[in-house]
Amino acid sequence: MAEAVNIEELKRLAPPAELQRAPVVEGKPSLGALTDKLSAFAEGKTPLWWWILFLPAAFAATVIFPTCLFYQVFTGVGVWGNNHPVMWGLDIVNFIWWVGVAHAGTLISALLFLTKQHWRTTIGRMAEAMTVFSVMMAGLYPAIHVGRAWFDWFMFPVPNSNGNWPQFKSPLMWDVFAVNTYLVVSSLFWFMGMIPDFAVLRDRAVGRIRKTIFSALAMGWTGSARQWHNYEKAYVVLCGLCTLLVFTVSSIVGLDFCTSQIAGWHATIFPLYFVIGAVFCGFGMMLVILIPLRKWCGLEGVITMAHMDKVAKLALVSGLIIDYIYLQEFFIAWYSGDPYERWVFGHRLFGHTYLYLGWALIGINVCVTQLLWFKKIRSNLLALFIIGVLINCGMWCERFVIVVGSLYQEFLPANWGKYMPTIWDIGLYIGTLGAFFMLYLLFVKFLPMIAISEVKGVMPEADPHHKLGGAKNGGHS
Amino acid sequence: MSEKIYGLMAEFDSPAAILQAAEKIRDAGYRRWDAFTPFPIHGMDKVMKLGNSLVGWVSLAGGAFMFSQIFGLIWFCNAFDYPLIVGGKPMFSMPMTFVPAYIMLIMGGAVGALIGMLGLNQLPRLHHPIFAKKRFELVSRDKFILLIGAQDEKFCVTETKSFLESLGGAHVEIVEDVD
Repeated sequence: MAEAVNIEELKRLAPPAELQRAPVVEGKPSLGALTDKLSAFAEGKTPLWWWILFLPAAFAATVIFPTCLFYQVFTGVGVWGNNHPVMWGLDIVNFIWWVGVAHAGTLISALLFLTKQHWRTTIGRMAEAMTVFSVMMAGLYPAIHVGRAWFDWFMFPVPNSNGNWPQFKSPLMWDVFAVNTYLVVSSLFWFMGMIPDFAVLRDRAVGRIRKTIFSALAMGWTGSARQWHNYEKAYVVLCGLCTLLVFTVSSIVGLDFCTSQIAGWHATIFPLYFVIGAVFCGFGMMLVILIPLRKWCGLEGVITMAHMDKVAKLALVSGLIIDYIYLQEFFIAWYSGDPYERWVFGHRLFGHTYLYLGWALIGINVCVTQLLWFKKIRSNLLALFIIGVLINCGMWCERFVIVVGSLYQEFLPANWGKYMPTIWDIGLYIGTLGAFFMLYLLFVKFLPMIAISEVKGVMPEADPHHKLGGAKNGGHS
Repeated sequence: MSEKIYGLMAEFDSPAAILQAAEKIRDAGYRRWDAFTPFPIHGMDKVMKLGNSLVGWVSLAGGAFMFSQIFGLIWFCNAFDYPLIVGGKPMFSMPMTFVPAYIMLIMGGAVGALIGMLGLNQLPRLHHPIFAKKRFELVSRDKFILLIGAQDEKFCVTETKSFLESLGGAHVEIVEDVD
């Protein structure tokens, strides 16, 4: 009786409905039903849409990709459009773009964990997978951009018969460490997060082969309190380290540019610029991936409209910071009084060859992003999907404008030139896109795409201490 | 093949139920027991007096090791074994060394955290006696299992069994240790 009165009292004191936090999972499923729902896609029959998406992606990944790769490696960098003075072309543009896509994944899974955002649990795993696969694609580009890919091992401090060592004063050398670390750490983080979920799939497996594979992957996980105790600690530590990586890897990519003397690159704002641009681009990709998958995998109750709203808001915030940086860049170019700097920035918008890309980046990253202010847009999935695609295009244009736009007209007019990507540049990009989506679809089909145990852990009934749900879930009972 | 008793397990339906039962087991003076749950139960580590996990220290050791190694490596490569002047900069200095060393600190820390977690949890392991129980498969779903080990000083099959039943545990069963 006393309890009932207490509940009434609490309900009266609770904030009004519009101020209450949306539940992480809609429909209040029981823990068992939630487990069924979250593992259903990995266990069920492969739907038709999966094949329709997978086959073209697999074609790009297994035919176009190796063709372009091998032709370039066997023939030389000359098959690309790169030439003096534009020595960094689509290969570096795509490298930065892929690193960028990776960053939002780490931000969602690591930084939002540290800030105790429970809503991240349902999309964290998918974001991490995005990180791992896009870093793989990113890492490929510098490796083949060097021209003689069979000498890549010179980048590592390995004793060799010439007796020489890598030159550590160059940020390009730091990049080698940064990208490799990013790949290793994000893969570890992704894998470690999946161990308890491998155990879920192991315990549910029916066939012998399936049972054996998931038993091996779960490595004997029992879910005992002692294991969880160490696991949670390791998870927090990894989240902290991954958060550092969010801010470090793109900063170092930015340093590749700003330590050079080229007008348009030589700016102290570059590390921050690249980090925020990366995060912005990644949120765009997150929208592109989440919106179709939540519908087709039947996860609308788990990745709710409130989740999409939050991802869109984060895209808006990072977009606004990007806009501020554009403003700063142009202002400093004008204010510095440096004629070369002014020339480069003037030509980004009013030049001849690449002005369309310059205006595209203003149009998308500055103007289209503002649409996300409106709740109507944020609750319209089609609009969000289109904005997500546009953000990715816009950020690609930005990378192109920064890399090529600064190189093609440098200090001496005698050094001016043009850059046009060849079919091999574009083919390789299509190949990496195919490889990314192929890996992603395989992940969605075969691995736990949602962190099952994490989502269960933030359900109201998972807290042993309160009867109403309460603080842990923002009043959601 | 000899079959020994590994322990006794009892099943509970909710985090609150298993936490209350765990408190009573602790108060009864048992020391070798564990709780198997689908997700970490907050407060369980306090009840079990697990203290602070050592994973953080393993991670720190990994990070510190990599940081110092890369610092030393860069000094060895660029200042000792093959001194090279680039842009008139010193052979060895903080700005050029810190960034790669810091990045590799993150790498060492992350690898240390994973290895520490696996090592302290004694993973990977091929078998655990509790895997033989059919009902254990529900732990990764929505059941919560308490297990009191046979090596506990207070363990007695009949008494511990009735004790677990008195706590409200369902399906109290003997877990065999198969050698």
